[in-house]
Amino acid sequence: MKNNKSNFSALKKKPAKIRSMRKWSWLFMGPVVVCFAIGFIWPFIQGIYLSLCKFRLIKDAEFIGFGNYGRALADPSFNRAFWYTALFAIASLIIINILAFTVAYLLTQGIKGSNLFRTVFFMPNLIGGIVLGYIWSMIFDGILSRYGTSILENSTFGFWGLIILVCWQQIGYMMIIYIAGLQAVPEDMLEAAKIDGASKWQTLFKVTIPNIMPSITICTFLSLTNGFKLFDQNLALTGGLPITILSDGSQIKQTEMLALNIFNTFYGQNTSATGVAQAKAVLFFILVAALGLIQLRFTRRKEVQQ
Amino acid sequence: MNTAGSLSAERRRKTVMSIVLALVCIVYMMPVLSVVVNSFKENTYVKTDTFALPDEDSFAGLDNFEKGMTFGNYPFWKSAGYSALITISSTALILICCSMGAWYIARVDSKLCRIIYYLCVFSMVVPFQMVMYTLSKTADTLKLNTPWTIPIVYLGFGAGLAIFMFVGFVKSIPIEIEEAASIDGCGPVRTFFSVVLPMLKPTLISVGILEIMWVWNDYLLPYLVLDINDYRTIPIHIQYLKGSYGTVDLGATMALILLSIIPVIVFYLICQKYIIKGVAAGAVKG
Repeated sequence: MKNNKSNFSALKKKPAKIRSMRKWSWLFMGPVVVCFAIGFIWPFIQGIYLSLCKFRLIKDAEFIGFGNYGRALADPSFNRAFWYTALFAIASLIIINILAFTVAYLLTQGIKGSNLFRTVFFMPNLIGGIVLGYIWSMIFDGILSRYGTSILENSTFGFWGLIILVCWQQIGYMMIIYIAGLQAVPEDMLEAAKIDGASKWQTLFKVTIPNIMPSITICTFLSLTNGFKLFDQNLALTGGLPITILSDGSQIKQTEMLALNIFNTFYGQNTSATGVAQAKAVLFFILVAALGLIQLRFTRRKEVQQ
Repeated sequence: MNTAGSLSAERRRKTVMSIVLALVCIVYMMPVLSVVVNSFKENTYVKTDTFALPDEDSFAGLDNFEKGMTFGNYPFWKSAGYSALITISSTALILICCSMGAWYIARVDSKLCRIIYYLCVFSMVVPFQMVMYTLSKTADTLKLNTPWTIPIVYLGFGAGLAIFMFVGFVKSIPIEIEEAASIDGCGPVRTFFSVVLPMLKPTLISVGILEIMWVWNDYLLPYLVLDINDYRTIPIHIQYLKGSYGTVDLGATMALILLSIIPVIVFYLICQKYIIKGVAAGAVKG
């Protein structure tokens, strides 16, 4: 990243090479820009617009202002999904990071077989969310059916089941980031702490952890945003079940997270709710983007300190 | 004497740790092992004796694999083929188009280029749910809803991360090398393909691995874009089977899951070094 500034200023001169490149802009930029417009920019703008409309099909969209947002915020299932997701994201954040750091710490102590262990811990990260959900639903059913219940019948099991699944998948990933951080801790600092007679715990908390703060920030936010954006695993493990029916007849899926709630609002039985679903999607985007921006500020500040 | 004693204590402690971690690893592998075990069991035993090894009664041989092939009125090999086709073509398209675009953005660095670059960075924080409805309708309108055209959708939605990573790397390459090439008479196209592209190799591998892992495992985008009666990828196929829960043959499903994770694990064991490096590089993006 250090090179950025010097390269930018070097380019101010615009040598002949740049001028000849411009003739080829259609070849270099054309495909990416066209596809990016189709696959991101246009759907994004249209999505913002449609969140302010009442529509069943895009072509008969009718502008209604912020009504959809009001209905989205008043929707009990959306509120429930938000708090459920927030609780899930925080719980998974804490558990994943503590376990991933512990494993990474142990694997950087020069223990025999560390490479093999690392391979094993990282492996689940490559399996897709849908397949993971199916594997774990078999395992949980295998255990719970002995007690005459199922993960689809009890929302507490659904919650912790999903936590276990996500931990299994993501610990290895976070572990890799922590290992990279731990290996960058200056050896002479650890040596100095040892000579000064610091205990293992003192060294860990006073030397190691302050030195890997950037890794901790990255992993914290990664697991937080992963928690908020979780979809495949949620769909495949419980699909939102069990359902409770409210007094006004509306249904609440107890283990439904935000992304799944948006999906179900879009493609559920109530076809007149697409506008509300799009408004929910915009709110969801604002939430996730805000987390991303906070992360950026944190990491930037840490970089300056170093 | 004292130091020797503490050294051997240290060594003993490490051996104990090693054994403990090995046990943890075995537990960690249990879900995958139970897929292997259950794919050889008859359906009824999967639910009742999930963790038992197959015995004379429950052992089903290769029946599950045979049954699974035509499960859900859709041949499994077809969904595997579509998955492979979409993954390979999308990844190739993203690598070539985004590396070209990123080089242009980094070197020309005009106002327009910067706007496109910041739009790409912006797109990385946008969750798929935000655009899923409009994107799938747009793809339908433009007839991008087949496995042969869906790479265009993947390029569009995945361009952000790839451009971001490539631009970061191109900026770290000294421009003098390219200038030397252009003095020697290379046009921009030749400079890119014979000078820049070879230097981009480490980033090509990192980005390639991230894209492969994303596209191969992706469920929602192909589910919404493709017509799933004709075209299914592996995740769509497996979720479709789960949709008919209860009546579904669990043994055969486990056989399919085993078949679908074998290529992933083989790929992982072969390119482990690159995968871990690529994942760590992509993590910075968040």
